[in-house]
Amino acid sequence: MIERKNSRVSHALIYLFLTVWALIVLFPFYWMVLTSFKSFTAYNSEYIPKFITLQPTLENYRDAFTTVPLGRYFLNTLIFTVATTGLMMVVIVPAAFAFARLEFKGRNGMFALFLSLMMIPTELVIITNYVTIVNWNMRNTYLGLILPSVTSVFYIYLLKENFEAIPDELYKAAKVDGTSDLKYLLKVMVPISQPTIVTIIILKVIECWNSYVWPRLITYDANYYLVSNGIQEIRENGFGRENTPAMMAAVVVISVPLIILFLIFRKKIMAGVSRGGTKG
Amino acid sequence: MKKNNWKAWLYLLPAMVFLGVFMVYPLIDVCIYSLEESYNFASQSYTGVGLYNFRYVLSDPYFVRALQNTFLIVAITVPLSTGLSLLIALGLSSIKPLRNAYQTIYFLPYVTNTLAVGLVFMILFKRTAYTDGLINLLIAKFGAGPVDFIEGPYWAKMFVMCFYTIWVVMPFKILILTSALASVNPDYYKAARVDGATSSRIFWKITLPMISPTVFYLIITGFIGAFKAYSDEVAIFGTNLNAAGMNTIVGYVYDMLYGDSGGYPSYAAAAALILFAIVFTITYINLTFSKNKVQYM
Repeated sequence: MIERKNSRVSHALIYLFLTVWALIVLFPFYWMVLTSFKSFTAYNSEYIPKFITLQPTLENYRDAFTTVPLGRYFLNTLIFTVATTGLMMVVIVPAAFAFARLEFKGRNGMFALFLSLMMIPTELVIITNYVTIVNWNMRNTYLGLILPSVTSVFYIYLLKENFEAIPDELYKAAKVDGTSDLKYLLKVMVPISQPTIVTIIILKVIECWNSYVWPRLITYDANYYLVSNGIQEIRENGFGRENTPAMMAAVVVISVPLIILFLIFRKKIMAGVSRGGTKG
Repeated sequence: MKKNNWKAWLYLLPAMVFLGVFMVYPLIDVCIYSLEESYNFASQSYTGVGLYNFRYVLSDPYFVRALQNTFLIVAITVPLSTGLSLLIALGLSSIKPLRNAYQTIYFLPYVTNTLAVGLVFMILFKRTAYTDGLINLLIAKFGAGPVDFIEGPYWAKMFVMCFYTIWVVMPFKILILTSALASVNPDYYKAARVDGATSSRIFWKITLPMISPTVFYLIITGFIGAFKAYSDEVAIFGTNLNAAGMNTIVGYVYDMLYGDSGGYPSYAAAAALILFAIVFTITYINLTFSKNKVQYM
């Protein structure tokens, strides 16, 4: 009897603890949505901020798209994300296939070299990459933004492991039938490895959507800003600094796409991150 | 089989070109940069070869400040976030109803733009002409005076910084620890309970040893990640981190490369190599330590 009571109390405490952290996580989201619906004057007249607003307004969202080129930042980020992710798949799928299925001299040595590159932090190579892109006159271009991030040794590794798990017999049978390597790769291996490929795509999309450092180095023309740089720009120059509600509207607009993506692919994203995520 | 030799290299070619241009070459180049003294970006000329860049960086007060900030962030956020994640993961694994909902909520910060949410944190902590900010009003309830967390005293800024960093890194750690806890064989727990072991004894003698490889993995990646802190700082304090006194090593590298004090790739290269040496050493120590302490199954 005592034990049962004890466990009920401890369960209540666990729920309390978990709820407190959930509130800490959710509160900033609530606050940004709430503030984005408050009018400028209402917000500034609240010495003690109100936790609900009775006169929601969409004016801030209009401001976010008209006073600053938020739509432009959005489009840039979309182009950057799609192009980088697409190019990356074109680069890493054949590489993973070569390591997993094809036989050639120096395969193991080459693979070891690739793996050792995983240890190199971006911070170390970004200096020369910056100079390279400047020398190629690619500042303020999409190519300059995209090129340095189209390869990922880690994803080649992940995909190679996946390809290797596909039975060799399939490959041999295809060879007997006279199927070319490329056709086999595209018609058999890629469809079978679809879950891993989707995971890689999602992780890359999240990374691209949130990337800040490289775009900041490479773009100084607001026409090529991504959303992260746009936010920074808005914070420092846009909206006349004090217009917090409009800033929050911009923040909401920028956060929503990935949150929707997350809610749709929740299971896939969480499984993918626990397999191949970093950040933390 | 040998006949597809050249074809195989063809499949590898795109990856090799990109890695060569944007990784292998820069790696060599950064070492060269760090040794070229008084390198001029415009004329691409330098006056000598030596260790002057390293001496300059190490005696630059901005770098020393950045080093201090980075070490503080690492020392505070890594243990706190790992410990807190472990508590939350333990809590999650001992409940059934609502478990998925909690997990989903906890993961949200992972998919949000750090720059964007950082702005929300700034507003919560900031004092303006109109309001002291929500956090200050909360503190006032406990009778403490208002503190300017964004432009005020150093400890206050460091507090916001660490709080935000922990908020950002928790999702990953909770996720990894929850799946590690789920993979512990329940038979061990049953056996322990039959023997009459208490919950805390079960935790210290079974759970923790079983998940210790994961915990160490998180500590190592946590160290590496925290040493590279930068975007979170920009999100809270803006791009001029030196003025705010909140710069980090990575921030120093970028400032040397570009920005108001930029145009010195040699200093940037030296600072980046120093950072790499620090991270490498700490990771090495961690790995050696974990080899002695962690029980791999």
